[in-house]
Amino acid sequence: MNDAAAPLLDIAGLTVTFGTGARPFVALDHVDLTMQAGEVVGCVGESGSGKTVMALAVMGLVDFPGRVQARHMRFGGRDLLTLSNRERRTIIGKDIAMIFQDPLASLNPCYTVGYQLSETLRIHGTPEERSSGRVRRARALDLLQQVEIPDRETRLGAYPHQLSGGMAQRVMIAMAIACRPRLLIADEPSTALDVTVQAQILELLLRLQRDQGMALLLITHDLAVVAETARRVIVMYAGQQVETGPVPDIFEHPRNPYTQALLAALPEHNLDRTRLRAIPGIVPGPFDRPQGCLFTPRCAYAVARCREQRPELDGPPGRQSRCFFPLDASGRPTNDWSAQASDLADLTSAPR
Amino acid sequence: MAEAVELAADALDLPPVPGRLRETWTSYARSRGALIGLALVVALIVLAIGADVIAPHPPNEQYRDFTLTPPIWKEGGTSRFILGTDPVGRDMLSRLIHGTRLSLMIGVISVAISLSLGVLLGLLAGYLRGLTETVIMRLMDVMLALPSLLLAIAVVAILGPGLANAMYAIAIVLLPHYVRLTRAAVIAEAGKEYVASSRIAGAGSLRLMFNTILPNCMAPLIVQATLGFSSAILDAAALGFLGLGAQPPTPEWGSMLASALEFIQRAPWVVTFPGLAILVTVLAFNLMGDGLRDALDPRLKQ
Repeated sequence: MNDAAAPLLDIAGLTVTFGTGARPFVALDHVDLTMQAGEVVGCVGESGSGKTVMALAVMGLVDFPGRVQARHMRFGGRDLLTLSNRERRTIIGKDIAMIFQDPLASLNPCYTVGYQLSETLRIHGTPEERSSGRVRRARALDLLQQVEIPDRETRLGAYPHQLSGGMAQRVMIAMAIACRPRLLIADEPSTALDVTVQAQILELLLRLQRDQGMALLLITHDLAVVAETARRVIVMYAGQQVETGPVPDIFEHPRNPYTQALLAALPEHNLDRTRLRAIPGIVPGPFDRPQGCLFTPRCAYAVARCREQRPELDGPPGRQSRCFFPLDASGRPTNDWSAQASDLADLTSAPR
Repeated sequence: MAEAVELAADALDLPPVPGRLRETWTSYARSRGALIGLALVVALIVLAIGADVIAPHPPNEQYRDFTLTPPIWKEGGTSRFILGTDPVGRDMLSRLIHGTRLSLMIGVISVAISLSLGVLLGLLAGYLRGLTETVIMRLMDVMLALPSLLLAIAVVAILGPGLANAMYAIAIVLLPHYVRLTRAAVIAEAGKEYVASSRIAGAGSLRLMFNTILPNCMAPLIVQATLGFSSAILDAAALGFLGLGAQPPTPEWGSMLASALEFIQRAPWVVTFPGLAILVTVLAFNLMGDGLRDALDPRLKQ
């Protein structure tokens, strides 16, 4: 359909601010994201790191007082920033679809599954689907089969409150893929589900992604999920990208202290400990953003320079990190960090 | 894969899930008062529809030889006029039955007007927020600040007395309740994820307002409409009593009360029965409304 070299989604310098005062809250700070058709990209970070805001901005769902700015934001060659609302509605839901964290809250409690499925088809479907109710019903049944829902005829007439969480998420996925989107944004698709269902849902998403050749942006705070699924990862912190890289590498040799700390907090890496490792503190809010690197208050390696200046995203394309002292293969800071750290009085807050 | 899925469904053998209506009915039928209310309302509706057949006499036929005949169980009563006659010899029972038709009509029309207008304004206020909301809601606050009957009288004074104008006046008086209720429900629903996911599916503002959000706000509105029915009937009777609503010889309960006021000592039945009719009707609708609220509002469910 489009040139193989041109990315499906191409975002540069995406910034989302909330509030109109002299110091609006920066929810998303110059985020770049490119996705090729059929690619799986993971986006990880703690709560409040801007993952969901990024998804909403791509979908054009950031409302007043939120403000979206970007150098460019293109999807399939079309500029998402300058689209009118009417044009946007023809793309959104058809070429870009999204599924949410809480499936039971994302289905309208007043309508049956069948009605909600066919409603999407009636607006965005093929000409036959738009005109014929029978075609829509057949397609809805077909979709429910694709998402592996048993007893499909009955489920079509069921209301959302009669479904389990996993079942509802399958319905959401069916609705999302109904119009064969080219990009599916999954915002923590498995967080609200229990562990066994989580695995099933992710497996389903990946199978559909392969079968339909759609790109998948998987937003999650579960690194294990990303490790199993994505080819490329973006690590977000406080609205900024702090590291990007291909999957095996970013897990084996993280360059950014935040990624390293996140990985260290994984239960799998704490098998020999009685307490899980955690990152102290919380993501800075609107009123306590540090002057320098946003991670300094919680960083094990922070030195004077980190507190005064904000680092830029640095490194070769596709393998970038936002740190003055990117970690080396052994997990130690580089760029004469030890010399600067020894100037400090307290060396006790040494790396872990 | 598909085969395994079908098998799993068979093995589960799920019990049929109760439908929404059935669920509501079970919960409604649990309260005896609600059932009594429903029975009374059904009876009133039957009376209103079949008034021409059920009523023994035409409502405005004057039997001049039988003025102020007492009801059948009192001395001097006759089986021809079961509830007696009024000062000009009209049959009380027939007038009351025809009055049911009027009262229910007043209830239906004024609630329908104020409900549709109120839902529209509330939806706009709750969905658009901002200046629209401020203008609409402050206007409603002003209307709520005035006592309801006083406001109704003022409106009738502007429009002129009469049954139709009384209904408009009542609709205006009831309006703020629906607007406030709708707005609150819309604000609560608009923040939910299914609205966002509907937006993502490409739904426009109108579809979001009327198709996505509104059906989810209906439960409190249904309850308020039922309760509003009784206050509409009460207000209409009050306006009729004051001579601002239905005009004689219309067999409207309020105006029946007013026209028989001077005979309250000599012939108490002419005043008692219209009063009782109003009481029973209002009570029936209130009981039904309370029952509906218990059945539809999940927060009150045990």
